Amino acid sequence: MPTTTISGREVSVDDEGFMTEYDQWDETLAASLAAAIEIEMTDEHWRVIHFLRDDFKVQGETPTIRRITNTGGFDTKQMFVLFPKKPAKKMAYIAGLPKPHGCV
Amino acid sequence: MTMASEVIETQEMIIPAFEKHEESGRKLAIICSKGNLDMAYPGLILGNAALGEGVEVHMFFTFWGFEMITKGRMEHLKFVPVGNPATHMPQALMPMPGMTAMATKMMKKSIADLDVPEVPEFLDLITASGGHLWACQMSADMNHVTIDDLYDGVEGIINAGAFIELTEGAQVIFI
Repeated sequence: MPTTTISGREVSVDDEGFMTEYDQWDETLAASLAAAIEIEMTDEHWRVIHFLRDDFKVQGETPTIRRITNTGGFDTKQMFVLFPKKPAKKMAYIAGLPKPHGCV
Repeated sequence: MTMASEVIETQEMIIPAFEKHEESGRKLAIICSKGNLDMAYPGLILGNAALGEGVEVHMFFTFWGFEMITKGRMEHLKFVPVGNPATHMPQALMPMPGMTAMATKMMKKSIADLDVPEVPEFLDLITASGGHLWACQMSADMNHVTIDDLYDGVEGIINAGAFIELTEGAQVIFI
């Protein structure tokens, strides 16, 4: 398992750069991750990221876009605006979670 | 220079290659020609997955595929086990009354258990994700169907030539 340095801190990641340790994450790291993929975080972005983190803690897996919409109450279209092109993967990356596992 | 700063300097941050596909202008054309429940899902799942990867997706509904986008029918697609050896059920029993209803119910349950939506909600997800839905002109004429009879997210009834034109350069999946 490789490690990488984000914001001057040693962090465990997978081969693609997704964080692998839930507890290593904090908002400072998330802001660096977002900047690395050219996303400027707003309050709306943070709300989504915190939903992902909270849901992962309970469910043990990264929520899919459908779950983010149905359970989190977020708008699907807006997810594509906030995290362009690849919302599910980009938000998981910023939230320090694995890529969603399900097909849908 | 301290050891710690040396470590930091030699390690590069690993960033996922999100942009790789985004800039490729990849386009997918999915032609849905079947009206069975089990044949509706492959197109919906692939289309939705492609949208999540930043791929431009156009779905063309033709012939029996109209069942997937016709109001009043799209929520009642059936799984027909007759002539399908993959069910591993005795084929002689499959044509009996009630078998289709039972098989459909079982399949719907398996799909719902995976938290995968039914057809209308799946189309909602696809259109909200930026997918384009098109209905086939000839099928509409054959069935005497107008745009008002179709799922609201269908952008238009177009002929085959128009679909080929708007999917120029696309990869094609025929179902």
